[in-house]
Amino acid sequence: MIDCVENRLITSRRNLLLGGASFAAWAYLPKFARAADGRDPRLIVVILRGALDGLSTVAPVGDPDYAGLHGSIALTADGTHPAIMLDTFFALHPAMPEFARMYRDMHATVIHAVATPYRDRSHFDGQDVLESGYAGPGRLQSGWLNRALEALPRGERVSSGLAVGPTTPLVLRGNAPTVGWTPVALPQADDDTAMRLVNLYRHRDPGLASALSQGLQLEKAASGDDMKRKPGNAVVQMRQVARGAAKLMAADDGPRIAALAFDGWDTHANEGGPVGRLAVLLGGLDGALAEFESGLGERWRDTVVVVATEFGRTARINGTDGTDHGTGTIALLAGGAVKGGRVISDWPGLKLANLYEGRDLKPTTDLRSVIKGVLQGQFGLSDRVLAETVFPDSAGARPMKGLVA
Amino acid sequence: MARDSQAALVALNRFGFGARGGASGDLINAASDPRGFVKAELSRPNGVLLEAPGLQSTPQLGQAVFAYQDQVKQAREAAAKAGAPTEAPADQKPGLRRNLSLNAVATEIAGQMAKAKPTDNKPADNMAKPDAMQPNAATPPVAKPAPQPLNVIQKTFRAEALARLQRATLVECGFTERLVVFWSNHFCISASKGELARIWAGAFEREAIRPNVLGRFADMLKSVEQHPAMLFFLDNQQSLGPDSRAGQNRKRGLNENLAREIMELHTLGVGGGYTQQDVTSLARIITGWTFAGRQGQLGVPGSFVFNTNAHQPGPQMLLGKSYEPTGLAQGEAALADIARHPSTANFIASKFVRHFVADDPPPALVARLRDVFIKTDGDLKAMSTALVDSDDAWKAPLTKMRSPYDFVIASGRLLARVPEDPGSYLNNLNLLGQPLWSPAGPNGFADTSATWAAPEGIKLRLDIAAQMGARLGNNIDPIDLLEFAAADAASIETRRTIERAESRQQALALLLMSPEMQRR
Repeated sequence: MIDCVENRLITSRRNLLLGGASFAAWAYLPKFARAADGRDPRLIVVILRGALDGLSTVAPVGDPDYAGLHGSIALTADGTHPAIMLDTFFALHPAMPEFARMYRDMHATVIHAVATPYRDRSHFDGQDVLESGYAGPGRLQSGWLNRALEALPRGERVSSGLAVGPTTPLVLRGNAPTVGWTPVALPQADDDTAMRLVNLYRHRDPGLASALSQGLQLEKAASGDDMKRKPGNAVVQMRQVARGAAKLMAADDGPRIAALAFDGWDTHANEGGPVGRLAVLLGGLDGALAEFESGLGERWRDTVVVVATEFGRTARINGTDGTDHGTGTIALLAGGAVKGGRVISDWPGLKLANLYEGRDLKPTTDLRSVIKGVLQGQFGLSDRVLAETVFPDSAGARPMKGLVA
Repeated sequence: MARDSQAALVALNRFGFGARGGASGDLINAASDPRGFVKAELSRPNGVLLEAPGLQSTPQLGQAVFAYQDQVKQAREAAAKAGAPTEAPADQKPGLRRNLSLNAVATEIAGQMAKAKPTDNKPADNMAKPDAMQPNAATPPVAKPAPQPLNVIQKTFRAEALARLQRATLVECGFTERLVVFWSNHFCISASKGELARIWAGAFEREAIRPNVLGRFADMLKSVEQHPAMLFFLDNQQSLGPDSRAGQNRKRGLNENLAREIMELHTLGVGGGYTQQDVTSLARIITGWTFAGRQGQLGVPGSFVFNTNAHQPGPQMLLGKSYEPTGLAQGEAALADIARHPSTANFIASKFVRHFVADDPPPALVARLRDVFIKTDGDLKAMSTALVDSDDAWKAPLTKMRSPYDFVIASGRLLARVPEDPGSYLNNLNLLGQPLWSPAGPNGFADTSATWAAPEGIKLRLDIAAQMGARLGNNIDPIDLLEFAAADAASIETRRTIERAESRQQALALLLMSPEMQRR
C-alpha cells in the first residue's frame, strides 16, 4: 500500500506540473542592452513554489547533527548514490550533475540558510512575501522584479515574449508591461476579430483592452515546433519550459528579464533521499538550468539565473518520511555572469538550540540581500532604489557584494 | 426598464451563471423581481443535491480503484512471466492516464473542426495539432481515430464532470450552483493527487459539499474533513500518532498537512490566532482519521474510519482549550469549536463577499455577513440570504472577471447547448488555467480579477470564443442572443460592435467576449 501511494504521488506531481509551470518576461529591452562594453545582461528568476527542502538539496553532511535529523532521507557522501561534495562541508544532491559542473566551472553558487523576512509557515503568504518583495504578506499589486524594471531605462520593445500558463507570476506583476506566452495548440482568432474586440474594450473596459492588447503581441514570436508542450515527466516538462524561454531570450530583440515558476516542492510525505520524489524534481530543475545554458548560447556569458523558494522545511523529518513547513533554506545562482564555485553561508548549525523554534534551519542571510546583490551586479540599481522601491523598508538587508563577475 | 435590466444582469451574472438563451425568458423574469429570482433557489435545498444514473458513492468508487489497480498489477505480472514487454497495456499505464484523456479531447476537437469547415480539404489535424498532446509525437495524428478505451477512473471523472456541467447549464438562475462551486473551491481537493483523488473528486462534492451548502458550516466542515478524498489529498491517512500503537510499531508518525490547512485555509485563516503548537496539536487530534483500505480490515474499503491504533493517546491543548482523549469525538469537538471561532466567521464572510461582490470586499457587508454567521451559528443559508438582501451587493459595479468555469458555463447557457460530452469543456478549462477539480494547491483557484484578466488568459478566451463562433455561428442570430444576455443593459458600443461584425461567426465571438459577458 505504501509503495502504491508513493508511486501515485510521483505521478500526481507530474500531472500538476502540466499546469504548474509559468513564465513571463518584461516587454522592453533595458536601454543599456548592447552597450559599449559589449555586456548584454540577462536575468531569469525561477520561483520554486511549495517550499524546497534546502537541507536535502545542498546537504550539510559535515554537520554532526544532519544525518540524525534528516534520518531516512539524509544524503551521504558515499553509498550507491553519493552526494556531490561542493566543499568539505556541503554536498549537492546527486540529481543535479549539471549544476555541479557549473559550480566547478565557477559559474554557480549556493547561498545557504537564507530566508525572506517571512517567519510563519503558510505557503501562500510565504509566496506573497517572496514574490512581492514586501516585508509582510498581503501586498499583491506588484512584484519586486516588476518594480526593479520600472527603475531601469526602457529601450525598444521586445519582439517576442512567452509565458507558460495563462497567468503572470506575482513577482513580475505590476506597472511595467510584461509579455507572456502559452504553448498550447489552439487555433487562433483572426486579427480582424481581435482588433474589433480591442476597440470595443477601449471604449468600455480599459482593463481588458490593455490585457488583450498585450496578449495579442505575444503570439507573433512564440512558436516553433520544439516548444509545443508535450506530455512527459517532470524532468521533461521543466526542460521544455526552459528551452522555450531560452530560445526567445537568446534573440537580439528577445526579452532580457523573465520569471518562471515550477510548482510541486511541497514534500510532506515520502520525499525520498538520493532517489525518489524530490530527486525527480531536482533533476528537472537541473535539466532546466542546462537548457538555459545551451539555449542562451553566447548570451549565457551575461546571464544570471536566480532560484528561490518561499521558505524551507523542517530540519527533522516528520512521521511520513517527508518534511513539514520550515524556515531557512537555500538560494541558487547559476550563469556565466555568476562569480561562483563557493557555498556562501554563515552556518547556524543544527544543534537543537540553534534551530529556529527548535525545528527549522535558522536563517542567517536575508534572501533580499542576495537578490539585491544580483540586481545591482547585473543592472547597477542603486542601494536606495533597492531599499525603498524594489524591496520596501529593507535598508537593513544590504546588497550582497561580489555575486556577479 | 433600463434599471430593471441592470438589476437583472446583477441577478443573473453576479449571483448566477448568466441568462439562458432560447425561450427561457431569464432576463425578463429576473428584471421583474431580481431578488426573488435569485432567492427562489434557496428555498429548495434538495435541489442542490446531484444524483444522476451511474454516479456512485465514495466507498464503491474506492473499491473500483482498488480492483482496477489489482487488475493492472496482475496484467503486469502475467506479462513479466510470459517474457513479454514489462509495460502494462497503454490504457492501463498510470503515467499515461492524463495524456490519453488529452488525446481523446484532441481527437474530439479535431472532429469538431472538421465538421465546422466541411469545405476545407486540409486535414483537421493541422488545426487542432493533436500530435502535440500525444505521448509519442511520432504517432500519426488522428489518421484513424482509434480511441483507447477509458479506464474506470477516467470514465468516472468524465461522468461526474458531465453531471455537474449539465446541472449548471440547465438550472434557472444558478445561484446555488455558484455556491457549490464557491464551497467546493474553498474546501478543494485536487484530482491530480492520484487515482483515488481523481475518481473521488465528483463524489466528494456531491457528498460533502452539496448537502451542506444551505446547511450549517460546522456540518460541512466535519463532512469535508472526514471525507476520504480530503484525507487522501492532504495525507492524513498516512499520519500516525507518534505514541499510538501503529506509530510505535511502524516507526512512522505525524503529518501536519491536513491540520495546518484546516486552520489556515478552511476555517481561521492566516493570522486567525493559531500557532505552530496548535497545528501540531490538531494534527495529533486527528490522527486515526483515515479510510479503510482494500483489505477492509478497518471497515468497508474506501469508507471513512477512525483507526484507534493510529490515534495519538492523551489530552491535547488546542487554541487554549484542553481536549480530553475521547477518540474520534476529540477531533469532532475540536472542529466544532474551530467552526464557531470568531476568526472563522470573519474569514468566511470576507471570502464569500470577495467571491460574489468585489476583490476588495466592502467592509460593512463583510461585517454584516460575519454577524449573521455568528448569530446563526454558521447557517449558510442565512448568510447567503443576507448577501442577496443587502443593498451593497446590488449597488457595487460589475467589475469581477468571470472565472474560466463561469465563462464556459455562461457561454453554453446563452447558446442553449446542453453538453453531451464533457471533453471540450474540460479541455477549455485546462487551457484557461482552471482545470476542473484540479487546482495547483490546497488554497484552490484564485478569486481575483487580476488572475483571470491576465493578457495570455484573455487572448486564449478570445481564441476559444472564436472557435465557438466558427462552430456555432451559422445557426444563431447574435442580436437575439444579445437580447437574451443583456437586453437594454448592453452598452451601445457592444451592440454596435456586434451589429457591425463581418459575419455571424465573428459576431458571436465578439458577443461572448463582450464586457457584458466577461464581467459579473
